[in-house]
Amino acid sequence: MFDKEKWQEIFSSLKNNKMRTTLTVFGVFWGIFMLIIMLGLGMGFKSMIQEGFGDFATNSLLIWPQQTTKAYKGFPRNRRYMFTNEDVQTIKEKFPEIEFIAPKLRAFGSEGANNATRGTKTGAFSVEGTFPEYNLIDPSKIISGRFVNNVDIKEYKKVAVIGKYVKDVLFDKDENPIGEYIKINGIYFQVVGVLTKGASNISLGSDKDRSIVIPLTTFQKVYNRGNEVGFCAVTAVKEANIAQVQQKINTFLRSRHSIAPDDEQAVGGFNLAKEFKKIFKMITGIGILIWIVGTATLLAGVIGVSNIMLVVVKERTKEIGIQRALGATPFKIMNNIITEAIFLTASSGYMGIVLGVGVIELIKMIANNSGSDNPFFTHAGVNLNVALMALFILVIFGVFAGFIPAKRAISIKPIDALRDE
Amino acid sequence: MIELKGLHKSYITGNNKLHVLKGLDLIIEQGELISVMGSSGSGKSTLLNVLGILDSYDEGYYKLNNTLMNNLTEKKAAHYRNNMIGFVFQSFNLISFKNAMENVALPLYYQGVSRKKRNQIALEYLDRMGLKEWADHMPNELSGGQMQRVAIARSMISKPKVILADEPTGALDSTTSLEVMDLFREINSSGITIIIVTHEKDISEKTDRIIYLKDGIIESEFISKN
Ligand SMILES: Nc1ncnc2c1ncn2[C@@H]1O[C@H](COP(=O)(O)OP(=O)(O)OP(=O)(O)O)[C@@H](O)[C@H]1O
Ligand SMILES: [Mg+2]
Repeated sequence: MFDKEKWQEIFSSLKNNKMRTTLTVFGVFWGIFMLIIMLGLGMGFKSMIQEGFGDFATNSLLIWPQQTTKAYKGFPRNRRYMFTNEDVQTIKEKFPEIEFIAPKLRAFGSEGANNATRGTKTGAFSVEGTFPEYNLIDPSKIISGRFVNNVDIKEYKKVAVIGKYVKDVLFDKDENPIGEYIKINGIYFQVVGVLTKGASNISLGSDKDRSIVIPLTTFQKVYNRGNEVGFCAVTAVKEANIAQVQQKINTFLRSRHSIAPDDEQAVGGFNLAKEFKKIFKMITGIGILIWIVGTATLLAGVIGVSNIMLVVVKERTKEIGIQRALGATPFKIMNNIITEAIFLTASSGYMGIVLGVGVIELIKMIANNSGSDNPFFTHAGVNLNVALMALFILVIFGVFAGFIPAKRAISIKPIDALRDE
Repeated sequence: MIELKGLHKSYITGNNKLHVLKGLDLIIEQGELISVMGSSGSGKSTLLNVLGILDSYDEGYYKLNNTLMNNLTEKKAAHYRNNMIGFVFQSFNLISFKNAMENVALPLYYQGVSRKKRNQIALEYLDRMGLKEWADHMPNELSGGQMQRVAIARSMISKPKVILADEPTGALDSTTSLEVMDLFREINSSGITIIIVTHEKDISEKTDRIIYLKDGIIESEFISKN
């Protein structure tokens, strides 16, 4: 396997032109180095985005009532209306593609007035009424106790799940809030849980740490909201197309609330799946861009190798002539030149990969040691497959880089090669 | 062994056509020691290149060892050059980054002989040339005569049928030239056909048969008195 004659030839031409060899090799080295760095940071970027989504249900949708924009069935335009408990119930039963639907109502401490008190401690927080399902769509992290449950809903229980910040304001540091009572707008609620923001960085409206969650039914009763619902979060089963589900729900709601069938503005909506898709597309796009830019840089390096090999072949014309006079077959000559090209690209590429991976790992190490939780740095990384793939591409490129010079080398007649001075 | 009949060869450069060999007939038997003479530009090197399958010809035929040498693939040509023909050049043409032994061994490398074996054989041939001590010297550390003896060893190592030497003594002084000629005679006595192109009368007189080229054909022939 290890053919000394061949390697002797390769190294002799590399050694005779150290500067030239170094410059050539640097092109490929730099190309692959940049590719690896970009891929590594790209990975960090991807994790950063993905961790941002966390466990938020991606196939989901928010809908809320807005003003009508068209007169219809005797109603004027600019009419205000609300969704109702019955709407929610019927939608849930009517559309099997819906996985969860969670209605929500919200009230704020009016204009800075404090709405929650406990003894002398007091604060202004967002108070929200919702269903247990809400925590499956936009999950909060339950620090202690529990979330609102179905019994609470059915029995109009005066229970509250409070945000972490709410707890800090209303309770002493080492106090256990579970089972304690707080006053919300003058009415006593028993604290059953403490929550904070979940793994997702997506925030719908209010800051979870600064809000108080109570059962929707209780909310409606205490605040005199009848059967009104403010907005609904909806998730569809995996197979369902959320945009179609949105259309169906909207059509249904328009007919139920006597809204013109073509009044698209009347039901507000936000298709999260669409937004997620856009972002994922962007990530994929960036990934592709990295490969294109990286490969192009690499290609530039490889073209450099190919060029140098052409020069080498030219310089070695006479030598090749001698070899052919002594009986070297064209295959042998080509083999030598292509091997040299592969050796140049692969060895310099290998250095680029090793150094690139090294730099990425160093960034990761520094980020971890400095306690950073930015996934852009802590999750940067190059997986082995990508590195092997890059090396594979290099070898293929090496073959190409060597091929044209090799063809050139054997296209010269032996006698012309021998005459070359 | 070598049979040329009505051999024509022209060089085409741009719009000019230079007719160099004009219907050459020549028969060389196995074991002959021949010199080719003629004025500069008479086509001696051209003839030798055709004989060495380094160049093609236009008309007539060339048979080597009863095989027609025409329209060969480069692979086939390489095979014949490797097995049947040895070359000795005026400018030695040693590979600069290989030592004497490796240079001598090179034809065996193309035959696939193992490194150890071919180097051992190369050493034997260098020994016959009186160059055993120089085996691991690089070409630029050798004198002209030494380089030519290395080249001769290289031309012999694959036990060819014929050795083609184009002005092998052209770069050597007269004493060294005669030593080289003695070597050729010795090799020839082992049965290898040798064809030497030369300008020097005292070199040609060391061969058995002298051929004079003129105007692309053989003008005259002499049998030496050796
Ligand atoms: N590759 C070539 N292309 C064009 N013309 C050539 C080529 N090689 C040789 N010639 C021409 O062909 C003629 C014969 O050349 P050749 O080299 O055979 O002469 P020669 O007898 O060996 O001469 P010398 O004694 O000077 O070596 C010369 O006129 C030369 O200029
Ligand atoms: Mg000549």
